[in-house]
Amino acid sequence: MTMNNVGRPTGTGAANETQGHASLSGGRGLLQDEPLLFELGGWDKTGVDLDAPEHDASDLGDLVRTAPIGLAGLSEPETLRHYVRLSQKNHAIDLALYPLGSCTMKHNPRLNEKMARLAGFADLHPLAPVSTAQGALELIDRLAHWLKTLTGMPAVAMTPKAGAHGELCGLLSIKAAHEAAGQGHRRTVLAPTSAHGTNPATAAFVGYSVTEIAQTADGRVDLADLEAKLGPHVAAIMVTNPNTCGLFERDVLEIARISHAHGAYFYCDGANFNAIVGRVRPGDLGVDAMHINLHKTFSTPHGGGGPGAGPVVLSEALAKFAPAPWVVHGADGFTLVEEAAGEAASAFGRMSAFHGQMGMFVRAYAYMRSHGADGLRQVAEDAVLNANYIKAVLGAEMTPAFPDGPCMHEALFDDAWLEGTGITTLDFAKAMIDEGFHPMTMYFPLVVHGAMLIEPTETESKRELDRFCGALLALARAAKAGDAERFTGAPYLAPLRRLDETLAARKPKLAWRANDTTVAPAPLAAE
Amino acid sequence: MRYLPLTPADRAEMLGVIGASDIEALFVDVPKAARKAELFDLPRHAGELEVERELSALAAKNRPAGAGPFFCGAGAYRHHVPASVDHIIQRSEFLTSYTPYQPEIAQGTLQVLFEFQSQVAALTGMDVANASMYDGSTACAEAVMMAKRVTRREKAILSGGVHPHYAAVTQTIAHAEGMEIVRQAAALDAEAAVIEAIDASVACVVVQTPNVFGVVTDVTKIAEAAHAAGALLIVVTTEAVSFGLLKSPGEMGADIAVAEGQSIGNALNYGGPYVGLFACREKLVRQMPGRLCGETVDADGRRGYVLTLSTREQHIRREKATSNICTNSGLCALAFTIHLSLLGEVGLRQLAALNHSRAREMAAALKAAGVEVLTPRVFNEIAVRVPDAAGTVEALLAEGIVAGVPYSRLDPHAGLDDVLLLAATETTTSEDIAALAAALSRRAGR
Repeated sequence: MTMNNVGRPTGTGAANETQGHASLSGGRGLLQDEPLLFELGGWDKTGVDLDAPEHDASDLGDLVRTAPIGLAGLSEPETLRHYVRLSQKNHAIDLALYPLGSCTMKHNPRLNEKMARLAGFADLHPLAPVSTAQGALELIDRLAHWLKTLTGMPAVAMTPKAGAHGELCGLLSIKAAHEAAGQGHRRTVLAPTSAHGTNPATAAFVGYSVTEIAQTADGRVDLADLEAKLGPHVAAIMVTNPNTCGLFERDVLEIARISHAHGAYFYCDGANFNAIVGRVRPGDLGVDAMHINLHKTFSTPHGGGGPGAGPVVLSEALAKFAPAPWVVHGADGFTLVEEAAGEAASAFGRMSAFHGQMGMFVRAYAYMRSHGADGLRQVAEDAVLNANYIKAVLGAEMTPAFPDGPCMHEALFDDAWLEGTGITTLDFAKAMIDEGFHPMTMYFPLVVHGAMLIEPTETESKRELDRFCGALLALARAAKAGDAERFTGAPYLAPLRRLDETLAARKPKLAWRANDTTVAPAPLAAE
Repeated sequence: MRYLPLTPADRAEMLGVIGASDIEALFVDVPKAARKAELFDLPRHAGELEVERELSALAAKNRPAGAGPFFCGAGAYRHHVPASVDHIIQRSEFLTSYTPYQPEIAQGTLQVLFEFQSQVAALTGMDVANASMYDGSTACAEAVMMAKRVTRREKAILSGGVHPHYAAVTQTIAHAEGMEIVRQAAALDAEAAVIEAIDASVACVVVQTPNVFGVVTDVTKIAEAAHAAGALLIVVTTEAVSFGLLKSPGEMGADIAVAEGQSIGNALNYGGPYVGLFACREKLVRQMPGRLCGETVDADGRRGYVLTLSTREQHIRREKATSNICTNSGLCALAFTIHLSLLGEVGLRQLAALNHSRAREMAAALKAAGVEVLTPRVFNEIAVRVPDAAGTVEALLAEGIVAGVPYSRLDPHAGLDDVLLLAATETTTSEDIAALAAALSRRAGR
């Protein structure tokens, strides 16, 4: 192990040694070893040129900050290099198939980026006079129309900022509806064991308790168990459809019927809407509320973890409880209702400071217009076709969790085929990294042992699917042939080897501190 | 269709491999009645040029902030963002990557998040910060819920200086959790008034500085009063550039600091996406919402970063999670971090000083024009008294000036129809300020 000039280990590691060659600098060819901003920059360096202030801050007296803030600055060229070098340590959908099940990592069209940056959208203040924002309100109105038409639902709340925020909006609408009907005692949510973690977390966030619904052997909601658990205490069911096993809930109409018969609302987690968009309307399935992840189905970029957008479509029964603000189209143009009053006084409140994720709305709308009704239908068909193709091809070596019948937009495998190899799902996933692919979703849903959930999306070519399947089949054969080291030590060829997550959690180090380097930052010069 | 790579021949071949007769066979689990044979009643696909035309036409119906003198603030601020920021965030590896669940191939995103957390902790004067929230308002609501978990008390006091939309979001969430929110009456210099309301039943006190009227307050005494009663102090900031000039929440005794980070690196975007900043004392970290990035080592002992303390989060803890948040504002956080790297310590201080200077210039010009300036201690935003603030904004718009935000738009029932909120930043010129002062003076008939 070598140390760099700030005392940080820069060892080239076994990855390079296994190839018998190590660089002298610690980097690997074009892949640079990149220090932290705080180790590179200086307190006295800046990459901006600003006017000198004409007035001082003497009027603020001791409200002024005198101690150093502790920031580091870089010139513009250094900034570019730092972040471009860091970027090269990331996998991305633009590099290769990104098969994270439940995440819908599809191509992000650059037209959408260009449109979101038009000054009329990007340089528009949320509290600008409404008469100066008519185009923005019109776009929100048009997007709402598309979302309502595609889902067959009468209303949509546009402001939620992500999927989980949409779930919160949906459950708050349901809670308000129950309270208005004298049913406020209903405080239980039923959700399958296979549900996304956000479902029970959101239910708990609104003060509901969660009861799990059992699953049948073929991966669907157990109707008998659902019926047994429904009752006057149940506020809602939360069901993902297609579900997290990648299967369509065949009995969805019956699920809706018996839930409604017991006075419960049907919240549908719309994370998997990509499988049915343009082909099936959730409104025809008895759904009362469903969030739509614009960052999944409608291609707005995931950006390393966000931002997203999670508008929620609502049934007639829930529509009047939707949160403020909302857009109204009247005789003299579009207006924005900022506060519930008059007929709309039943709105449950407000989800966020302004009008939702406008930047994401522009991107999603550009995407919808590009595809049109015909293209979106093809999106669902190709997404489902690609997943079934993967299921069929990989089925030669791996074990599908639900082999009978088609899957929807994602193919779920268990780890039965790894039995006796000493290799886990995690090991297999890490070996995929060495082959140039991002791993699939692992160990989710919880109902399948060693789950591997693969969602290719519709934006993969057959050639890329074949390349992906070829790599996985080769790995599967290697696993079965006893080449365990390829897996248990993986990844070998990534920017870093496997990371010690236990250490990170046991001794959390969550921020850089000045005494982390051998060179302490100089005190701020007197002004 | 340009985003769909499969050809008809591919599809036929793949159906053959699957052993399906046609695509319909793959949708067999969908109830037949719900399978639409016909296309939905929406337009057909459109080429890039056509889409660009439609969206450009919509954009052209809006008046960008940069089109003339512009003074809106109240929770979103127009700043100059260096060109390199937007260039870097559009790199494929940042734009089109997912949450860094596989750290070996996500060190770019993870190291940026570690730098972001470090910057936010430094700005707010707190020990630790998370990897971002949706925006400042939802961060505020989450902070109140966190205070409930920490103190096991169910009452929060919100000062009358907290942005009304932040208060509304917090009330919405708190109501659902069965928590009582005492929101004090809106008033200009409202922060200190919370002290009288603090007692042993209070989980937290929420104050904002600079507050919605632009008033800067030293909240040290409020922190002392809150701590004496066993309550937490939550400090809200809607203008992150102010951290470059003003005493930090941490220095003044805050337990949790939340802020809207839009001002640094992010465009106005008509309200979103923005980036919520969330920081707290180290001892509270396990009650924090949201993702956290931490330092560790890889199998060869090399330094690296991972998402950590995930046992607080929904994907592990489910109904026992500290929050339901999953997606955050990663790309906006990246923009924030790049802009702040370009600014650095001296740049941020200079930018903040420049904002303050412009606001002083604006206040002086308005006073000289006979306008009553209400804000006693200002960063970059002031409240002024004008008869019918909403009407004033409409009238000045006819002269090409966007004269800020009438307070009544945020809070129609406060009886403050004569209060107008005006922000000045480094983008505001002396000519803009002169035009505003002259127009307000004319309207007052002076």
